Amino acid sequence: SITGACQAIQKLTRVRVVDNSALGNTPYHRPPKCIHVYNKTGVGKVGDKILLAIKGEKKKALIVGQKMPGPTMTPRFDSNNVVLIEDNGNPIGTRIKTPIPYTLRRREGEFSKLLAIARNFV
Amino acid sequence: RVSSDGKPPKFQPPPKPVIIDRKTQKEERRFLSPEFIPPRGRTDPLKYYLERKDMIQRRKVFNIPEFYVGHVLAVTTADPYASDKSKRFVGICIQRGGKGLGATFVLRNVIEDQGVEICYELYSPRIQAIEVLKLEKRLDENLMYLRDALPEYSTFDVNMKPVPRMDHEDIPVNKLQVRMKPKPWSKRWERPKYNIKGIKFELPEHKMKAAQKWSQPWLEFDMLREYDTSKIEEKIRKELREELEK
Repeated sequence: SITGACQAIQKLTRVRVVDNSALGNTPYHRPPKCIHVYNKTGVGKVGDKILLAIKGEKKKALIVGQKMPGPTMTPRFDSNNVVLIEDNGNPIGTRIKTPIPYTLRRREGEFSKLLAIARNFV
Repeated sequence: RVSSDGKPPKFQPPPKPVIIDRKTQKEERRFLSPEFIPPRGRTDPLKYYLERKDMIQRRKVFNIPEFYVGHVLAVTTADPYASDKSKRFVGICIQRGGKGLGATFVLRNVIEDQGVEICYELYSPRIQAIEVLKLEKRLDENLMYLRDALPEYSTFDVNMKPVPRMDHEDIPVNKLQVRMKPKPWSKRWERPKYNIKGIKFELPEHKMKAAQKWSQPWLEFDMLREYDTSKIEEKIRKELREELEK
């Protein structure tokens, strides 16, 4: 049986790619999984970079929404959302329809291009 | 006016106005927010008294409307990272938790096919406004099963206009039976421990019977679990009345 999505994002969690890139949206017989979290602890929260395995390729991604409840006043999404990213931080897709938490705006320097693509903020 | 005799018409006093004293009527049906009632325990009641004083202070400055689980609320909070420094979120209240100043409520909405829940603290100074858009109680006090229900039951328009309330009397109870997504669910909502009446279970009979195995019918007769809040509530209501009249 398939268990429900786990709370915060760690190795081998299945994630949902949220932008409109080709890699994220073409169907494949295996869901995209996290293989490494770029963090001192192996647990990824919103705003952390992770390595995904999609369609047999390795791609970096940024966590934009998690199922685990965070600090109060921050949104909690019903699925672990992720946006595909290049090594230098540029997003691959051109639009992000799903809502993104306002807390990512704090790091405007790193994620400016990502925030520019995003449509809805929560 | 033309009179019959040429004399001024007889003075007729104006009819006495009928005064319906709504204040006394309202006070009988007063709503007491659940976070005022202190939990059962051995802590000093002084702590709860001081918390209540702070809560009343906050309520004098900022109006927290009466709302139950199942209401659709719009909350505007202050945020340094949002445009115009404030952000607005509309959602249905799923649960109200916490006691005292840490009282929270969770609002849920589905935006662009993505379910979003935000847990707000009632007495946080970051909250700028709470508006009740739709007044409606549900059959349960905890609507966490909406996570496993079809998304149409949690979608609410962000630009919804507040539904006008007719009576100042009863809050309507919505006896909606919600349809669920196929199992597995996050919690086994069919079990009698959750006592949910607002789901339309489309499970086969034998599964519903098997779930009743976990029923604990002796719990309602357990005297050690009783917590009678009527006297405490009366005291707190009196306190609130005195403080708010100052």
